[in-house]
Amino acid sequence: MSLSKIIGASALCLTMLGTAGIAQAWEPTKPVDFVIMAGKGGGADKMARLMQSIVEKENLSNRPLVPTNKPGGSGAEALVHMKGVSDPDHTIMVTLNSFFTTPLRQPGLDVDIMKFAPVGRMAEDTFLLWVHKDEGITSFEQFLEQAKSRGKGWVMGGTGKNSEDNIITDHLNEAYGLSIKYIPYKGGGAVAKDLAGQQITSSVNNPSEALGFYESGDVIPLVAFTDERLPMFPDVPTLKETGSDFSYFMQRAVVGAPGMSDDALGYFTDLFSKVYESEAWQEYKSSKSLMGDFMAGSDLTGYWDTQRERHTTILKASGAIK
Amino acid sequence: MDIIPALIDGIYQALAPINLALCVIGVIVGLFVGAMPGLGSVNGVAILLPFTFVIQDITGTATSPMIFLAAIYYGAMYGGAISSITLGIPGASTAVATTFDGRPLALKGKAELALVTAAIASFIGATVANVFFTAFAPPLATVALKFGNPEIFALMLLAFSTFIGLGGDDIPKTLISIALGLVLATVGFDIITGEPRLQFGDPFDLFPATAGLIDTTGFSHGIRFLVLAIGVYGIGEMIWTINSTRGEVTMTEANVTFRSVLSAIKQFPKAMKGTMVGSFLGFFVGILPAAGATPGSLMAYGVTKMFSRDKESYGKGNVNGVAAPEAANNSASTGAMLPMMTLGIPGSPTTAVLLAGMVIWGLQPGPLLFSEQPDFVWPLIGSFYVSNLVAVLVNLAFIPVFLWMLRMPFTILAPMIFVLSVIGTYAAYQNMFDVWLMLLFGIGAYLLRILDYPLAPAVLAIVLGPIAEPTMRQSLILSDGSFSIFFTRPISGPIMIVAVILILLPVLNWLRVSMRKSPPV
Repeated sequence: MSLSKIIGASALCLTMLGTAGIAQAWEPTKPVDFVIMAGKGGGADKMARLMQSIVEKENLSNRPLVPTNKPGGSGAEALVHMKGVSDPDHTIMVTLNSFFTTPLRQPGLDVDIMKFAPVGRMAEDTFLLWVHKDEGITSFEQFLEQAKSRGKGWVMGGTGKNSEDNIITDHLNEAYGLSIKYIPYKGGGAVAKDLAGQQITSSVNNPSEALGFYESGDVIPLVAFTDERLPMFPDVPTLKETGSDFSYFMQRAVVGAPGMSDDALGYFTDLFSKVYESEAWQEYKSSKSLMGDFMAGSDLTGYWDTQRERHTTILKASGAIK
Repeated sequence: MDIIPALIDGIYQALAPINLALCVIGVIVGLFVGAMPGLGSVNGVAILLPFTFVIQDITGTATSPMIFLAAIYYGAMYGGAISSITLGIPGASTAVATTFDGRPLALKGKAELALVTAAIASFIGATVANVFFTAFAPPLATVALKFGNPEIFALMLLAFSTFIGLGGDDIPKTLISIALGLVLATVGFDIITGEPRLQFGDPFDLFPATAGLIDTTGFSHGIRFLVLAIGVYGIGEMIWTINSTRGEVTMTEANVTFRSVLSAIKQFPKAMKGTMVGSFLGFFVGILPAAGATPGSLMAYGVTKMFSRDKESYGKGNVNGVAAPEAANNSASTGAMLPMMTLGIPGSPTTAVLLAGMVIWGLQPGPLLFSEQPDFVWPLIGSFYVSNLVAVLVNLAFIPVFLWMLRMPFTILAPMIFVLSVIGTYAAYQNMFDVWLMLLFGIGAYLLRILDYPLAPAVLAIVLGPIAEPTMRQSLILSDGSFSIFFTRPISGPIMIVAVILILLPVLNWLRVSMRKSPPV
């Protein structure tokens, strides 16, 4: 126990050195619970731990952010946890798009996303379609041909049921008359590994999840689900170019628990805008092919509203909700 | 790539004063974090991650911070055994299997034997794993990739079967115990559909006057493994000891002299079998993403018991029952570094934090790490050897201090165990719901113990259930619901067949015995 006291004390000294002279209206009085609504090793997890480290490294906060993974039920576990926390001022969460879809699919959870505090949107993550190099496929057209002829034998792995990955797979199936089989996984890391091991035939991983195996040449991107070609993959066409008017992004935002006070919200928005502006974050953003600018407050809630509308339409079309 | 010169150079760099100092500090920190109930390597590594930036700023490389964290990881694997043996509370989830035989040994007054066996077995386990890691890391990564969902499920079934097939325990009771653990493991959310499961809602909702009296939202995060383990082995065991001794017994005087430690070291060859099983099995389970050191140590215990001639002595203080899980958890923790570094996939909660660290220090873990970052990889591998040696020496040196705890009368020890169990559970998850649940499990475990149910299978089930269930269901989606997928694939097929045979063995045994009794006319 004395050990943790020493650690605590020295951490405090370090942060005091760093922030001395800057007056803050509200500051956390204990470690901040930093919830990740996905499993370890996935895109959201790595990003959250990077944000935590930037906060520590640049001494941006007097108390540490303590990441906890709550991957259960495509984010349902995390949302229910957030709704019921006893101290909303010290609880923030990194979101995926399950922030929109899970409450729509499970009205029983009684989660209203508009009650969450809009701390800040850090980026929009992008999606690409990946196949193993041994499939011998190099273009989206070849993919369509192969996927059509193999029918249900073509297997897409993705993170969670009715999640981003599932929505994209549904779109491919519907728009191109395919019958790709979708297998939900706990996290994008496991999907990437199973694609590299050819346990599945394709994935729609984010660049950050697939990068290791892309650089080693094991997996190949065929198409990007973005509006414009990605600077990192200039030779990979967008789905729009191939004729289907569809693009899809994942919000990478930080939200506060429902009931967070305005003072605390102001503090965290300020904190994360500093994280956003840091060199480390900007470098991560460009090296992992992330898009989107910082967004907070009513802009962010407005963005949520649009996204919720869009996901309602998507999920209704796929029959996931009525 | 020439492995031997690279390794020698790596060890040489790991012995540089700053790195050596980091090894020693890391190991000692890890030892204490591991020995504290509720805190394990994952807590130690996560708490100290921010400090690695300071280290990186001073040394200017990513290697030194990683050496520091790896040393904590190692130390914790050694430390976990200490409270498992001396207090009967698992110091970390990875050391649960160590309580099965380590605690009975301590109660018999042979705690120094258990502690020494644990330390040496850990050392051998880690050394075996280090050699494998050094020689075969990149090719073994390819093996890990061959393990898809059906293969991992087959492996989980094999683990269960080692507990059923050849145990000395009552088989129906073992099955019931496993089923109980599996039910507890399903609480939370369905992984495939996202639906809530067994969360109970508000049991008092029916009567408006009492609505909200009991808060069951804690079930939404599922039943954590440590909550069950601390309940069963901390509280349950404590009540059992009080009941069976009426509080009169003091711990058998443990004679701690240099000589007794030495004689314990001399007796180590008896535990060689468990050590070997643990070393190899642990490494293998460790390199599979999703498994990690806890399943590795439980499986090693099961397999060692299975291959033993006197199964009856397990759970009553067999040194092999201490050596196997301890060798395995050290070996598995080195193994778990492999998919983390070569595939960028964490094999355990602790490696997930290490992975995040590597990303932060500007490295890209993945298939190219070994060829593109040799300046990072080899000193780190070198440090595995150094940390391991430091850990075993520090651990052996501290044994007399740990044994001092056992000299206390049980009337003093029991309240300490109670307090540590409560604090440990709270420290791990920071909520009271889990503390109440832990106490409830403690009482339940005591009752089951009176009825002679083995509890280790339930603990195994709550660890392996969350791995077995999704892999089985993902496999069945792949095969359109046909179970043949488990038997027709080249790797999962043989594993499944062995598992099924082990499960059927008791039936065959029973048939053989009854045939002999009444020969066919």
